[in-house]
Amino acid sequence: MGRLSRVALIYIGAVVVIAFVLVARGPFTGLSWQYVVFLGILVIVSESRATQLRQGQLSWSSSSAAMLASVVLVGPVGAAIVGACTALGVRRGPHILQRVFNTAMYALSAYLAGRAFLALGGQVGLPSQKSFPGIIGPFAGAALIHVAANHGLLSGVLWLTRPPGRTPSETIGAGVGLSARLLLSDIGYAAYGLLMAALWTVVGFFAPLLVLIPLFVARWAVAQFAEQQKAYEATVGALCQAVETKDFYTRGHSDRVSRGSVMIAREIGMRGERAEAIRYAGMLHDVGKLGVPTRVLQKTGKLTEEEYAAIQLHPMRGLDIVREIGFLDEALAGIMHHHERIDGRGYPMGLAGDEIPEFARVLAVADAFDSMTSTRSYRGARPVSEAIEELRKWSGTQFDPAFVDAFVAALQRDGWPRPEPPVLESDDLATVAAQDHDDPGAPLRVIDSL
Amino acid sequence: MTERRHELRRYPWQVRDSGQLLLVVAAGVWLVAAVAKTAAEGLKDPRIAIAFGALIAFGEVLRLNLPGDRESAPIGFAGALAYALLIKVSTHNVQHSAEQVVTVATIGMIIGALPHLAVGRPARVSGMAARLLCIACVAYIFRPLAGNTYVDKYWGLAFSLMTSLAVFALLLEAVLTALLRVDEQRARFRVALVDEVRVQLPLGAAVGASALLIAFAAEVMGLAALAVFTAPLLVTQVAFRRYSGIRATYLQTVRALAKVTEIGGYVEPGHSERVSRLAVAIGRELGVHEPQLLELEYAALMHDIGQLSLPEPIPGGATVLVSRQDQQRIAELGADVIQQAQVLGSVAEIVRRQNEPYRDVDSVPNGSAAHVNHAVPAAPPLSSRIIKAANAFDDLVGSSLDPGRAAAAVQQLRLDTASEYDPATVEALSRVVSRRSVML
Repeated sequence: MGRLSRVALIYIGAVVVIAFVLVARGPFTGLSWQYVVFLGILVIVSESRATQLRQGQLSWSSSSAAMLASVVLVGPVGAAIVGACTALGVRRGPHILQRVFNTAMYALSAYLAGRAFLALGGQVGLPSQKSFPGIIGPFAGAALIHVAANHGLLSGVLWLTRPPGRTPSETIGAGVGLSARLLLSDIGYAAYGLLMAALWTVVGFFAPLLVLIPLFVARWAVAQFAEQQKAYEATVGALCQAVETKDFYTRGHSDRVSRGSVMIAREIGMRGERAEAIRYAGMLHDVGKLGVPTRVLQKTGKLTEEEYAAIQLHPMRGLDIVREIGFLDEALAGIMHHHERIDGRGYPMGLAGDEIPEFARVLAVADAFDSMTSTRSYRGARPVSEAIEELRKWSGTQFDPAFVDAFVAALQRDGWPRPEPPVLESDDLATVAAQDHDDPGAPLRVIDSL
Repeated sequence: MTERRHELRRYPWQVRDSGQLLLVVAAGVWLVAAVAKTAAEGLKDPRIAIAFGALIAFGEVLRLNLPGDRESAPIGFAGALAYALLIKVSTHNVQHSAEQVVTVATIGMIIGALPHLAVGRPARVSGMAARLLCIACVAYIFRPLAGNTYVDKYWGLAFSLMTSLAVFALLLEAVLTALLRVDEQRARFRVALVDEVRVQLPLGAAVGASALLIAFAAEVMGLAALAVFTAPLLVTQVAFRRYSGIRATYLQTVRALAKVTEIGGYVEPGHSERVSRLAVAIGRELGVHEPQLLELEYAALMHDIGQLSLPEPIPGGATVLVSRQDQQRIAELGADVIQQAQVLGSVAEIVRRQNEPYRDVDSVPNGSAAHVNHAVPAAPPLSSRIIKAANAFDDLVGSSLDPGRAAAAVQQLRLDTASEYDPATVEALSRVVSRRSVML
């Protein structure tokens, strides 16, 4: 968390004090301690198995189901104690202050939910068959208050501890997508709190266990998915690098084109699966280059028609390689057409304007930009400003003006890390290309046939 | 996408269908008897039967592919299991017989399979038959007990009985699926069973718990319990679908990118794919478990990736013809590439050691056989030995399907088992290859 501002500290302090006072005030008479202990253990277990959402910041656990069940079974004060059990969750990482705040936040929101349940006419204790459906109204109110209090308190602390330099709109923008999903899952979990309480009459203490098993398994699968996805990305990255080792001046090219394409995609409002797909398309856009004989890539001077044809084929070769991968078709189309030009003079098919798939038009801009801003054997890296000028010059003939504008806007806001100039080691097996097919400033020259 | 994967995994040397046929026939006979009896007695509690039938059909529509080309229908299975274990709906004691459970489950499954058939996906009858047999066993054990006064009186008895039956049904399904896989893929039964349990355990736990929840909650909240407790299973299923999706994409990507060496002219077309299929078949023959089998497949697909670091392709591409130092260099370079991914450490290790001889006679002074076993450091990992043999075999035989040529190649490898190749691996290779010749 780093150093906190005074306002943040006051806020956290206030939340902690209010929560403590409310719990300490009681009343403790008539509280069924066995339920409190059991549900508290449940919360501890849930918390210990929480899924990290963002590095060291937010985490997500199914403990809210147990807290809502305690609202029904033991009332507001009991629920607050159960909520406070989050403090005992065994979890690596969170800062001590973060832990204290979380504890107070859960206790406070559980207490408020309990009050809401009572205010709406809910009866504390084991629900029976006769409690349905009358109990649903008060419970829904309690669940809503719980979720609202939780998210409200959390947003407050996230807002006050946001990293310096982030604009307010960015903090909220990043938070909204995440908390919308969180909100949905929280409401779902909350509903299972009621079911837990209801099943208690039939199977006793086994109720929460049975209810939690499917939820745990779902979370396990989500975690597995995230892990696999990370592994997958690393593998694709490594394999792309393997392809690039052949020509050492283009090392890191795929990675940077991928990054540039994502910048454009974000700027034009591409989200979710499509933004993901364009990232992979950027990484894989040049795999077909391996099909081009090294002597052609290395050649100085003009190319024969045949050699030029070999270069023109590389997007098709790339498509041949990646066709079997279950990507979005758009990514495949992007790889195949990333050398088309808006004026129709590109390759491999000579498409023009809107005929060119959107992904391909995005890739083309990022591709050319990275080629210009990195070092080549025949010239040094050109500065970003010069590359932007060049992009603008070809905008409308080679590139789609809308994407050039989007890229420039993104560059001006976020900047572009300068690629490290390549260092040639003595035992490096890489070869050096004398021209770059991506460089719009130094287009490939072809011997005019008669 | 899934079907293609399925086709790819069906190698020509796999003899199929006998076990599947047996299973389907067994389920069929049982089924006909059950339907006849239900028809004669009439449907008890039709409203409940229809609700559960609909849930089973819904679950069958939402079938799920799990890693390793498995199919399961968690919601359908949970629904059928719950129907078999049902005692009360609200205050009403349900009356349905075991035969009725089988009938309702079957009808639900068939209706749920129709959309799959309509879009041209395989019906996967054997999987359905396995699920049906499990449900039938549970139903025939539990239905007569459902009305029992002791079960009614002591909820603890009912609870433990129902829980053990749910566990039993899930285990039985694992055993049946493992048997099918033994038949289909020539795996060993024990290996297949352990793999099956490992893959099915998390989802199975969710299925069992949901089935019990539905059965118990029906007593409190009536048929609404079906919808309410299907929801978490639905969430689970979505998560699993994404998980298996990325696993499949992963494999496809490694397969596709392994072809890069072919397109660059570094190896013969189809080499990586053939070596990986052969390596996986040998691995299965040797009883390798699924996680290691996957690593083996990755390593086999990428075993030549190091060649990309060479400035020019080796003429002809066959690595077996290059000097030992060069081979070792290619292996090291390939391992370095894979190491970059960080998550594939053991795959990198397999690739790094793919050329090491099984027993290094050269490193022992006077290379006499008596010394060999003791003086040599640990043999390369099994997966490396498998890739070494499969790679050499493919270099000698290539895409040729001539059994004579294959036999000659096996013979040549066998002559080298004193030092180069692992004898057990070569024998497994020989069995795999001879099965393939029989098929042709």
